[in-house]
Amino acid sequence: MSGASPHPRVADSGPVAPAPVPDRAPAPVVELAGVTKEYPGGVAALRGVDLTIKAGELLAIVGPSGSGKSTLLHIVGTLDRPTAGSVAIAGHDVGRLSDRKLSALRAQHIGFVFQAFHLVPGISARDNVAEGLLYSGLSRAERHRRAARALERVGLGDRLKHRPHELSGGQKQRVAIARAVVGEPDLLLADEPTGALDTSSGKAVMQLIHDLNQEGATIAVITHDTEIAKMLPRQVRIRDGQVVQDSAAQGHVRTRIRGDAP
Amino acid sequence: MTAHRQRPTLKAARLTPRDILHTGSAGMRSRPLRVVLSALGIAIGIATMISVVGISASSKEKVLQELDKLGTNMLKITPGDDLLTGKKIPMAEDAVGRVARIDGVEHVGGTGLLEHSVRRSEKISEDITGGITVQAATEGLLTTLRGQLRTGTWLNKATGTYPAVVLGDVAADRLGISRPGQRVYIDGQYFTVLGILDDLPLSPEIARSALVGWGIGKSMLGFDGHPTTLYERSADAEVGKVHSLVARTVDPQTPRNVNVTDPSAGLQAKAATEGAFSNLLLGLGGVALLVGGVGVANTMIISVLERRYEIGLRRSIGATRGQIRGQFVTESLLLSGLGGVAGIVLGAAATGVYATSSGLPWVVPLWAVGGGFGATLVIGTVAGLYPAVRASRLSPTLALHAA
Repeated sequence: MSGASPHPRVADSGPVAPAPVPDRAPAPVVELAGVTKEYPGGVAALRGVDLTIKAGELLAIVGPSGSGKSTLLHIVGTLDRPTAGSVAIAGHDVGRLSDRKLSALRAQHIGFVFQAFHLVPGISARDNVAEGLLYSGLSRAERHRRAARALERVGLGDRLKHRPHELSGGQKQRVAIARAVVGEPDLLLADEPTGALDTSSGKAVMQLIHDLNQEGATIAVITHDTEIAKMLPRQVRIRDGQVVQDSAAQGHVRTRIRGDAP
Repeated sequence: MTAHRQRPTLKAARLTPRDILHTGSAGMRSRPLRVVLSALGIAIGIATMISVVGISASSKEKVLQELDKLGTNMLKITPGDDLLTGKKIPMAEDAVGRVARIDGVEHVGGTGLLEHSVRRSEKISEDITGGITVQAATEGLLTTLRGQLRTGTWLNKATGTYPAVVLGDVAADRLGISRPGQRVYIDGQYFTVLGILDDLPLSPEIARSALVGWGIGKSMLGFDGHPTTLYERSADAEVGKVHSLVARTVDPQTPRNVNVTDPSAGLQAKAATEGAFSNLLLGLGGVALLVGGVGVANTMIISVLERRYEIGLRRSIGATRGQIRGQFVTESLLLSGLGGVAGIVLGAAATGVYATSSGLPWVVPLWAVGGGFGATLVIGTVAGLYPAVRASRLSPTLALHAA
């Protein structure tokens, strides 16, 4: 699979190497190559992870707690930097960006959904969603217009003025998803999005994630729940800081890791 | 979803002032009680300082208003002591006229001290003077002193030649005279009281005098015609010039034998002391302000600790370190600014209450208001800087840990 190559762009665009990628070609949104993360004290949370996520993909990053999937999420979300290896998000080499530019990268290209929602209490659903655009440089009026549209998109068009405490858990998570997608990010990272929800709300949220993917969003769901992972088209299994199985790459993963990371 | 292929340069967006204010006040809006308590310290400090400055400024204003009414353009001319004998050297008989001819002089009045006592009747011993002096006065004296009559009339050319007397207010009180028409006894003769003067803050010696006409003084009370005190009033701009000319005009041969004083100087000194605020109270206000600043810093540090999820969230949706720093400095500024405004209102109100109850004009100097508010802004910045830097250095991954 060309997606696993460190330079898929060049490979996809044929002989004219430096030319821009043709419009319809599925360019990778995330490219991790040999990513290692060691914490002070010698604990290695990630050991040589390669991962490519193409535009329009819906995948699960699944693994038990302590497997390193949270660290992987931090690194893919540019909230943390790897000790070794390269990370490119939406074509930007993260290692070479200043903190300021990384912030701009997150504002423009990445949306986060958290297990604990992290909604601001005391302000309306629409204001909460509009917060997601605060650092985008859009005008206040435009942020509110887009927030209302995003809430309609997640099926909460009639809850614009409701405050978080007036919403159910599932509705809160949908508000949080609206906040994550309101900026039309290239990548949506959902960290245990159903972790704090009951079964039926969880199903509704997963259905929403599927729908958003159908509309073209690239979504990575981080979960420890294999049931949820199975519902998604691609699963990346993490254990002890390594990718042990990638359904997109089938059996090639193990051998390739050994080959690439001596 | 294809925008990244154009590789737009990454540039962190700037927040509008309104958005900065909005994020900066978010923490305050969610915890109003804490805002009140932490702003209270600043408010007390500023209120103390404003009221200390305000009350002294009000007292000073009162004295200045008084000065304004009385004028600072009056000079008092008295004979000096002879170098050898130590005796007073009398001024020339026509000294009043000489001073009146100096350029810039508007009014001149003179008094001549008479060695008599004034009593209610001949039955009272001559030794009981009651501290009241008898003086001959020129007609121009009242205008020069800007005096007012409490009751009755002032001496004129006609009454000045008859046994008539105008009493200073203190003299009238001591003699027990309250209305014109009553009589007092001077040197074997009853004089009819024409009028009683009002309070004269610049010339208390006149308030303790019984004033008779220049003419009757000479004809009946043995006045030699040499004035013992001259009062002169000129335009404000001319005071300095007149001051330098007066002594030489009154006594061209030995000008040093003439004393020229400015009776308003005392009041001016009083105004200056009233205006000097109590350093102790001001220091107390400063300490309160400092404690208030520490309180704000404390609140900010707790706020940062409590809101690290929010900080992580903001970082994850694209806030730069600078924007997080700005948010918390803004919050600190708002907190102390609020305390400052409350303190200014409180201090101004306290000054108002004090001024009203003690009959002073209500003055709160603008520099004190501006300085006080400026001080709170400085305190807000200093108190907020450290917590804000801490907030901006927090790892953004914190938001992802479940609360």
